[in-house]
Amino acid sequence: MATTYEKIASTTITSSTASITFSSITGTYTDLRLVIVNTSVTGNNIAYIQLNSDTGTNYSSTYIYGDGSSAQSSREVSQTYNTLASSGSNVSFPQLWTIDLLSYAGSTFKTSLATMANDRNGSGATEYSVYLWRNTAAITSILIGTIVNNFGTGTSATLYGILKA
Amino acid sequence: MATYTLISSNVLSSSAASVTFSSITATFTDLVLRCSTRTDAAATQSAIKIFFNNSSPDTSATFMEGDGASVTSGFPSAPVLVFRASAATGTSNTFGNAEIYIPSYTNTTAVKPFSSFGVQENNTTTAYIDVVAGLNNTTSAISRIDIDGNGNNFVTGSSFYLYGISNA
Repeated sequence: MATTYEKIASTTITSSTASITFSSITGTYTDLRLVIVNTSVTGNNIAYIQLNSDTGTNYSSTYIYGDGSSAQSSREVSQTYNTLASSGSNVSFPQLWTIDLLSYAGSTFKTSLATMANDRNGSGATEYSVYLWRNTAAITSILIGTIVNNFGTGTSATLYGILKA
Repeated sequence: MATYTLISSNVLSSSAASVTFSSITATFTDLVLRCSTRTDAAATQSAIKIFFNNSSPDTSATFMEGDGASVTSGFPSAPVLVFRASAATGTSNTFGNAEIYIPSYTNTTAVKPFSSFGVQENNTTTAYIDVVAGLNNTTSAISRIDIDGNGNNFVTGSSFYLYGISNA
């Protein structure tokens, strides 16, 4: 039986860093899954995802977010990246992101589904998002960058390929 | 190398108050638990809870839940609600389904986050969708997972599959 879910690349950060990049992604698979366990050095950490080094205003998203007190839904349009939800990750309470990039090698615009989980034992937040990248190119590189505070030591990111055939 | 491997499964042939996966091997990087559940609670649905290493106080969560009419968010008390099962007075043959993702479950230097996404659709006016951020607030490696019916029994046909994912 063909392997249908396998690691493409993985990294664990050994010192504070502003971004993580996966490049030279082949079109071998059907979908991609990115799993990030984020530890920020100084607390609140706002990050983003950008594809194929595209800095144009080609990104939009819709999300639903809950912080233990209330839930809300909102949208971002014509952005230069998709913001990864943040709720104040720190070393003590790592934050989990999973991002499924669907039909990443296809010739239509690219849709992704993302989750964020960051419970902090009495506080925290969770989010579910859909991202759109309005570009027909196959995704060959993924940048996970930071807007506020770097990724801390121990942050891990793994890119998996999922094959339907 | 195959990286998404079935560790163990349990499809119930008789009712059970809880399901336990124990002696979980440390071979993998992450765990994925997929559940399809229905309980004997005298209600249309019932909350399903989870805890690790047989210690329910060590698990906390932040949840967001929609019921078809509104969305709420809160912090359930331990052992924490992670999703909802269909139950005895709910639409026949419907089950609640959920996926729980547990990264870095063998990490002994940090506490461990997890996520859960659960749905309980039943073709009535009220059904639930749950998005949960969870935390196993210890530095012990996870070697046991309990899925608890919260005082109710999982009925025959409820299924539980535990997978390991390796990034090696």
